[in-house]
Amino acid sequence: MAEEHAHKLKDSCNVHCHCIKINGLSVSFGPDKVLDDVSLHMHCGELTVLIGPNGAGKSTLLKAILGQISHEGNIEFKETKTGNVSNVMRIGYVPQSLNIEREIPITVYDMFASYISRYPTWLPKNKKLYAKIREQLKIFSVDDCIDKQVGKLSGGQLQRVMLSIAITPMPNLLILDEPVSGIDENGVRDFYQIVNEMKSKNDLAILLVSHDLGLVRKYADKVVLLDKKILCKGKPDDVYEDSNFKRIFGTEGA
Amino acid sequence: MFGFLTYAFMRNALLAILVSTPIFALLGTTVVNKKMAFFSDAIGHSALCGIAVGVVFGLTSKSLSMVLFAVLFSVLLNLVKDRTTYGADTIISVFASVAMSLGLVLLSIGGSFNKYTSYLVGDILSITQTEVIYLSICLVLVIVFWIFSYNSLSADNLNRALARSKGINGKIYDYIFSAFIAVVIMFSIRWIGILLINSLIILPAASSRNISRNTRTYHLWAVIISLISGVSGLLISYYRGIPSGPTIVLILGGIFFVTFIIHSLRKD
Repeated sequence: MAEEHAHKLKDSCNVHCHCIKINGLSVSFGPDKVLDDVSLHMHCGELTVLIGPNGAGKSTLLKAILGQISHEGNIEFKETKTGNVSNVMRIGYVPQSLNIEREIPITVYDMFASYISRYPTWLPKNKKLYAKIREQLKIFSVDDCIDKQVGKLSGGQLQRVMLSIAITPMPNLLILDEPVSGIDENGVRDFYQIVNEMKSKNDLAILLVSHDLGLVRKYADKVVLLDKKILCKGKPDDVYEDSNFKRIFGTEGA
Repeated sequence: MFGFLTYAFMRNALLAILVSTPIFALLGTTVVNKKMAFFSDAIGHSALCGIAVGVVFGLTSKSLSMVLFAVLFSVLLNLVKDRTTYGADTIISVFASVAMSLGLVLLSIGGSFNKYTSYLVGDILSITQTEVIYLSICLVLVIVFWIFSYNSLSADNLNRALARSKGINGKIYDYIFSAFIAVVIMFSIRWIGILLINSLIILPAASSRNISRNTRTYHLWAVIISLISGVSGLLISYYRGIPSGPTIVLILGGIFFVTFIIHSLRKD
């Protein structure tokens, strides 16, 4: 089983294979150590899921990887084919929520353009940019939302729009922060399917923070149980059998 | 109809309005989206302190000292806001009240605060050609800033972490944006007054938001509403002999309620 899995991974790593290494990452807020010596290894074409109780530091870890908060330790990005180690990697990010209200006069085009282009969104629409955005939205079948106000999208639509923004341009690492809130059960299932397709099609390393233990078990390649430090990591089946997992989540998740 | 234009002070007043209302409208769109109405209000109040500093230290150019103070104040306010665990509105409130009180005290030192009461309610007829020129420079700078930075400001406002992942450093734009608000307020305080200045920033954008669905119409309506209210307010105040600042704000208020009703009647 493990061999088969590894083989599959190798196959999917055909073009730009890379891996991301997080070495001894620690974060302190004043005297409180929020993250303690976290080391992680992520490969392309692999979905790593971060789980843990509330206040475990999951969002903090994502923010540290995004370079938003200062931390100890380092993050290495390596092209495995050429062996080049570099600290410059492109990260795609899908945040937990947006600062929008229902009526905000910002359309999907406006929001998308503001993240990927310098052409001012308050000037008449740029046709080339508009076409490009439409194309990117089409990947997740939400191109018909391009002129809708962002506050009026359904949870699932917004999710897909955010995913298309995150992969424009295609990143080396895609970080998804609890993207399931505000979406119904079918929406969540769809989401996991999209993520699953995306990782194998685009050779993406994906790091996902999730609460849906059932779907995590089905789709994750690797699960990391975090509570200020890494309690255990490995294949879902192994982590779900771990005593730490049972202590935190009981047996319901397994 | 255009008889008022024979007076130099009315020409200056009209020019000042034509130049400054679009600035307020543009800045207002983002002030409203970022929900920082209170912030711009605080900067307006602190303007009094900027004036006082200029007067007390007898700086040769009062305008220069006001601009320096405005930039310093907005940067300091942002710095403290970013580094504190208090709510932002508490910090803003503390800063605004201290700055305003300091301004009042400094200006009263010679026992002649009455000289400065015009800063509270404003007097558009006192505006000089130099100030019109300063405002025009502001307009050009704001438009240039808007061309290069509006996307980043908006991206940062929607989600800072997402903006960072796209290489957009939102904090810098935030600082420049607040500094712009502070400087524009300083140059306009003379004619609109500390008490009303924030309405010129908030109301056009708020009204436009009622009837806009995208960034383009949002900007367009804000500028149109701002210009119409400014010019008509000036004319009405001139022919009726009432103060122009409050007249403009009343017209803006009326437009807000009209757009609010349009918005309520409209179905998606």
